[in-house]
Amino acid sequence: MAKTMAERKGSAALGVDAELAKRLLYDMLRIRRFEEKAAEAYTLGKIGGFLHLYIGQEAVAVGATSVLRGDDYAISAYREHGHCLAKGSDPKRMMAELFGRRDGLSKGKGGSMHLFDRSVGFLGGHAIVGAHLPLAAGAAFAIKYEARDAVVVCYFGDGAVAQGEFHESLNLAALWKLPVIYICENNRYAMGTSTERALAQTQIWKFGQTYGIRSEKVDGMDVLAVREVVGRAVARTRQDTTPSLIEADTYRFRGHSMRDPAGAVYRTKEEVEREKQRDPIVIFRERALKAGVLTEADVRAIEKDASDRIDEAVAFADASPEPPPEWLFTDIYKED
Amino acid sequence: MAVMTYREALNLALREEMRRDPRVVVIGEEVGLYEGAYKVTQGLLTEFGPKRVVDTPIAESGFTGIGIGAAMLGLRPVVEMMTFNFALLALDQIVNSAAKMCYMSGGQFNVPIVIRGPGGPAAQLAAQHSQSMETYFYHVPGLKVVRPTTPMDAKGLLKAAIRDDNPVIFIEAETLYAVKGEVPEDPDFVIPLGQAAVRREGTDVTVIAYMGMMYRAIEVADELAKEGISVELVDPRTLRPMDVETIIGSVRKTHRVVVVEAGAGFAGMGSEISAFVTEHAFDDLDAPVERVTGANAPMPYARNLEKLKTPTKDKIAAAIRRVCNANGS
Ligand SMILES: Cc1ncc(C[n+]2csc(CCOP(=O)(O)OP(=O)(O)O)c2C)c(N)n1
Ligand SMILES: [Mg+2]
Repeated sequence: MAKTMAERKGSAALGVDAELAKRLLYDMLRIRRFEEKAAEAYTLGKIGGFLHLYIGQEAVAVGATSVLRGDDYAISAYREHGHCLAKGSDPKRMMAELFGRRDGLSKGKGGSMHLFDRSVGFLGGHAIVGAHLPLAAGAAFAIKYEARDAVVVCYFGDGAVAQGEFHESLNLAALWKLPVIYICENNRYAMGTSTERALAQTQIWKFGQTYGIRSEKVDGMDVLAVREVVGRAVARTRQDTTPSLIEADTYRFRGHSMRDPAGAVYRTKEEVEREKQRDPIVIFRERALKAGVLTEADVRAIEKDASDRIDEAVAFADASPEPPPEWLFTDIYKED
Repeated sequence: MAVMTYREALNLALREEMRRDPRVVVIGEEVGLYEGAYKVTQGLLTEFGPKRVVDTPIAESGFTGIGIGAAMLGLRPVVEMMTFNFALLALDQIVNSAAKMCYMSGGQFNVPIVIRGPGGPAAQLAAQHSQSMETYFYHVPGLKVVRPTTPMDAKGLLKAAIRDDNPVIFIEAETLYAVKGEVPEDPDFVIPLGQAAVRREGTDVTVIAYMGMMYRAIEVADELAKEGISVELVDPRTLRPMDVETIIGSVRKTHRVVVVEAGAGFAGMGSEISAFVTEHAFDDLDAPVERVTGANAPMPYARNLEKLKTPTKDKIAAAIRRVCNANGS
């Protein structure tokens, strides 16, 4: 369909066309709904263990993934639902995994912190802080070894920066010119420890400079800014297989996990309320509406669609049976 | 068959597997230009080039993690630990990443990696460089653990480890690198993981040992033969999965068991073997299982104390005599 003059002007102002705007909003909303429903299921006792919500940080996963190809890889820590969903995983199988059911991505044996989806190149949720940074470099090593032009995007928290493995990985990725893009989601806290109380250098992107790695900071609440910065990094990395470090300035609106009430002692209610004014979904929605790229009707349809998909996911997870007892002993080793 | 050293046998295994499978890469400190701290990787850089023989800086956790990540995408890395003492820096990667990846992902990602290097007691290297490391690994579901005693086993088992689709901990011994033995030159010769070897048949007592302790047990068995004691020597070769069947079969024949191990005895291999022998063959035993183990102390430096730390031939012989003199039913 031919674009109207107004649509064209709006797209130019926003920097993206209606189709992409819809997708970005939809992808962020779907993550938000997924997390809200997961929280609900947790309070109902349907999800156990630790549950770390991604609410507030959606623009990072969605912006970054929007510039990736299907054959690129992503890897993350335990706050990984958003990254896995953005990479294209099926919310039904993700939710079933959180519920510990047989149709879960990992057959119910991984749980919320260990989502893996080979079919979309998602290399997992890893729950030892810092440990997946070398794994990301290793995946990049394999890509380079096979002379492919895919890249690995590795998401991690500010807490991992104090770990030795952050520094080992940056050094090795730079030394060996590995096609990996490290994205630090600086939400200012590792559990209750603020970056000021953990890091001698709180400008995390600057650590990259020491290793001769291209490093940038981006507003992690602005999906288009993330898209632009990560897009630049991916293009360069694809071309010359060298790593990048991106620090995304973001914030988690909820507690560290479901066991940590949102307005806990280590940060003030005022701070949380102030940060919620930077809600990445609201910001993008308003901008898209204002630019005339999306209409109110578009937004309503997208919201409904996202909610429906997640409701389906919950129903699917609820209906999925528990894994059979024999599965306790399967997948410990790969048998040939 | 050719006669070669244990070191040469390992080197040959690496070469053959690298020739056979382009996905095999060797990664570690000093493996390339320096040709290996113990020369196990000698000549590999020349034959295969820096793409496949990768020198790393001193960052065990980092490069082990890189090996694991590369294995997730289908490479078959052989990561060398300059000595296994340093593998403790990579313990998290080995235990939490490599061993559990297949399980946590519901079978989507397996990790075909070999982590190899020397370990175990070595001459006067003191507490941090002279210790049995297998204990830290064989407890972990998802790992396989190999301790190859002879040059032939070194070759056949390393090849099997590289071809295995799972993480394999392969612990050699610096005290054995110069040992010579017959080794098949056939590039298709492999020894499947999980198969014990009966090194010598006997009728009176089963002695279970590996690595340096097996060589010591062989000497003891020779001496005891003169006294009329017939010792059957069983080498597990793979500690996880353990070939319980072969061990139990031997116990059913001899009715007496002595386990010899270099490491500290508390919660060691001897404890485990003793437990499953009791569970599976209690009625066959004519004497309690004896353990001859390293002392429950760190490895001292002084030569005289070092001797006291490790099982001596005398202690092994005494244990064998004790179980043989015990009055079974
Ligand atoms: C090695 C290790 N130490 C401690 C923990 C416990 N722990 C879990 S999450 C966490 C905070 C990490 O914060 P950050 O990296 O900033 O990620 P965020 O939770 O903010 O996403 C800690 C200390 C752990 N999982 N791993
Ligand atoms: Mg954080």
